[in-house]
Amino acid sequence: MSAPSTVLVAAADPAAAFADTPLWLTLIKILVVFVALILLTLLTTLFERRVIARIQQRIGPNRVGPRGLFQPFADGIKLALKQGIIPRDAQVLVYLLAPAIAATCAFLTFAVIPIGPTVSMFGYQTPLQITDFSVSVLYVFAVVSIGVYGIVLAGWSSGSTYSLLGAMRSGAQVISYEIAMGLSFVAVFLYAGSMSTSQIVEGQASAWYIVLLLPSFVIYAIAMVGETNRAPFDLPEAEGELVAGFMTEYSGLRWAMFFLAEYIAMINVSAIAVTLFLGGWRAPVPISLWAGANEGWWPILWFMLKLLVFLFVFVWLRGSLPRMRYDQFMRLGWRVLIPLGLAWIILVGALRAVRNEYTLDSRTIFMSLGIALVVVALGIVGYDYLRPAPAPEAHEEPPFDPYAGGFPVPPLPGQQYTVTPRAGRVAEPVAVPSGGPATAAADVPMTDEQSEGRADG
Amino acid sequence: MGEVYLPILILLALGAAFAAFSVTAPLLIGPRKYNRALLDSYECGIDPTPQPVGGGRFPVKYYLTAMLFIVFDIEIVFLYPFAVAFDQLRLFGLIEMVLFIVTLLVVYGYVWRRGGLEWDY
Repeated sequence: MSAPSTVLVAAADPAAAFADTPLWLTLIKILVVFVALILLTLLTTLFERRVIARIQQRIGPNRVGPRGLFQPFADGIKLALKQGIIPRDAQVLVYLLAPAIAATCAFLTFAVIPIGPTVSMFGYQTPLQITDFSVSVLYVFAVVSIGVYGIVLAGWSSGSTYSLLGAMRSGAQVISYEIAMGLSFVAVFLYAGSMSTSQIVEGQASAWYIVLLLPSFVIYAIAMVGETNRAPFDLPEAEGELVAGFMTEYSGLRWAMFFLAEYIAMINVSAIAVTLFLGGWRAPVPISLWAGANEGWWPILWFMLKLLVFLFVFVWLRGSLPRMRYDQFMRLGWRVLIPLGLAWIILVGALRAVRNEYTLDSRTIFMSLGIALVVVALGIVGYDYLRPAPAPEAHEEPPFDPYAGGFPVPPLPGQQYTVTPRAGRVAEPVAVPSGGPATAAADVPMTDEQSEGRADG
Repeated sequence: MGEVYLPILILLALGAAFAAFSVTAPLLIGPRKYNRALLDSYECGIDPTPQPVGGGRFPVKYYLTAMLFIVFDIEIVFLYPFAVAFDQLRLFGLIEMVLFIVTLLVVYGYVWRRGGLEWDY
């Protein structure tokens, strides 16, 4: 047991690249990122409205400023001038704390996202990244988890049924998809040999992980939409069921904090996807043939372009897909994505171990990889769809008594009137629309539909 | 060593200041009109359902989800160092981790068969 621990070698410290950077330069970087995040949020709202409008064959907001560019600013001012209502039933301190937690946590992720290589800034060589350490992706994971507190506390402290149920849904959704998201990272760490974002980008110099680890990326891409509560997984805000979910009781700037947190979360998960799977700030293939593409300030452009692609996909999804049902959604997370993620980790681990132990040409590896992947996918899909449906439980229906509740009710489908001797004729089953009480007797077990409709939340 | 975390604290302070300003600003700006209906919880215009102290009750499925989350989240936290040190651990690490994952898959299978992953039962 002692042998492996002695073999472990500490990887190069990613923090070493920041040794030259003075504090004031870091402060400038922090300020730039902070302002950029807020501006990007504002522009994303406009971008979303315009693109959705185009998808729906409308024009979208184009009156305020050139091409509607100042629309989000106008919206922001309008929100700031609204009355901040605190409902009578709210727990005031927690009620005010919740939007602050949500917004603060949203800003933190970008501290470790590398948006460029080391550049010369005011005579100092410094990476285009606020900070980095050997467990920075773990840090991202932690910060995203703390953001859930904002949601749950908001719903709990509002003193409203809609808020509470929306918060529960949202919390359950975020933590469920966080598992799938965490599993998709494992293969990346395995290939990069590091949890530091800059070293993961470094590891993608030859090939992006989206090519090597496509299943991981697919799992991540699904999980990130679920994690940010965006369509088609925007169940916490299903307005037909829950009004506005956990933010029902918020108004004005306090509501804007949740809105900001949601959009920054969207930018954050896109940035993580770019960093972990799409080569970070590295130029895409045709451009990367030009040697200068990955040097100096150009990488910021590539990074922003990739980010924009993801933001567009978010909007595209919202414009094209209907909302999922909650049980289907949880089923996808717990029963498809998690086993898929675990199987993929074992597969990647086995392949990499084989590659470490023996020397194989890449063609054999990719071929066996493809075959194994198909087998695993077929196994999972097959188990879900080909297994026989469970036989419906046969339980004794008591004979239908139209007068059980004290007044006559029509029979439900499948039930028959009891033939009394006086009627003197055979009663035929009458097709009636469902909806009447099956039998009003209290000892009759509820049917499935009834119990579902009662407890859905 | 600690100075790599300092920028995060600064960003945290900046974000918190921004959030604190936005949350408290409505106390100073904006109209201040109050009436009974405005301060009621929103419930489609009807009198709101009284909320019991402590936030009320919600389906037990959410507790179950939270407990399962802890199980699997800890699993993930164990997987991360294994993944980072994979090339150094070689075959030993792989076998250990497969044993670990299989052990958890037993739990997973149990939960699945008992209906813990079904939302509607």
